[in-house]
Amino acid sequence: MRFMPVILAVLMVFALPAHAEAPPEFYDFDTQAEEQRFRNLIAELRCPKCQNQNIADSNAPISKDMRDQVYLMMQAGATNDEIVGSLVDRFGEFVKYKPPVDRRTIVLWAFPAIAVFGGLLIVAGVVLRSRGRDSNGPALSPEEKARVEQMLADKDQSSRS
Amino acid sequence: MRRVMLFVPLVVALVVGILLASGIGKDPSELESALIGKPVPEFNLENLREPGEMLDQSLFRGEVSLLNVWAEWCPACWDEHEDLMWLANEKGVRIIGLNYKDQKENAFRFLGRLGDPYQTIIFDPRGTLGFDLGVYGAPETFVIDARGVVLYRHVGVVNERVWEEILLPVMNQAKGNS
Repeated sequence: MRFMPVILAVLMVFALPAHAEAPPEFYDFDTQAEEQRFRNLIAELRCPKCQNQNIADSNAPISKDMRDQVYLMMQAGATNDEIVGSLVDRFGEFVKYKPPVDRRTIVLWAFPAIAVFGGLLIVAGVVLRSRGRDSNGPALSPEEKARVEQMLADKDQSSRS
Repeated sequence: MRRVMLFVPLVVALVVGILLASGIGKDPSELESALIGKPVPEFNLENLREPGEMLDQSLFRGEVSLLNVWAEWCPACWDEHEDLMWLANEKGVRIIGLNYKDQKENAFRFLGRLGDPYQTIIFDPRGTLGFDLGVYGAPETFVIDARGVVLYRHVGVVNERVWEEILLPVMNQAKGNS
């Protein structure tokens, strides 16, 4: 029984929450707003190693380093632009999930609008053309009309009999 | 007019096809370094072989060098080491090592087993210089000109093909710069 306190102490160490080292719970913030800001920042920064994850989700060591950098810069009073800028300076535009609008990315940004506009043009063209055909199509001459009525009457009779 | 319209899908398919085909074979995990054309970031780190001796960015002045980021824990570094030995011994390339997030004893064990191609090794146990260089996975190899400006970054192993086709032309360009 002399060892009871020791055993208890060991048990208490193991009883610490298993996810204690998993970010972002690991980082300490003064206010809820700061924590939310941190979460937003790490959600829109991309891990350069595991390219389809943001640094909030990624377990790669480099993502941990990047989260640390975001956290430390926040604690030092940096703005969001400064924080993102410092990572872009090291890892390139790649780390931003939202690329800036500039000469290289303008096609990327403009493409949805171009596609929608092009689609509307095609639809408008099809509709206008079919409408034009309706109104300008050759009308039936009186003789043709008489023939059609004759044919319909014949059909009625044959189906009745 | 309507006949011509029939060819529109064919043309669209061809254009999209060519565009997509040009992307095949490109490795999306190779990113261009953000540091290209910029000087090596400032640092103040220990020389791995000379405990207590501090190194800084002036290490890269005066001579074109390769900066090779490596660690004992990195499997691909074991893979490329033989080729680095060949570059240092046969081609006389000045290779600076950046021992990245490693432990000293492991680093020495690695060099003891495979040989040491490095002119100088920067010891970066916490990966601070690696972070400033935008290193996201060892091994990475940078070409640095004699003014200490980064010209190129290669992600992944260096082998004879990479040397001949990629690094050597950049090294020659670097020699022209200075």
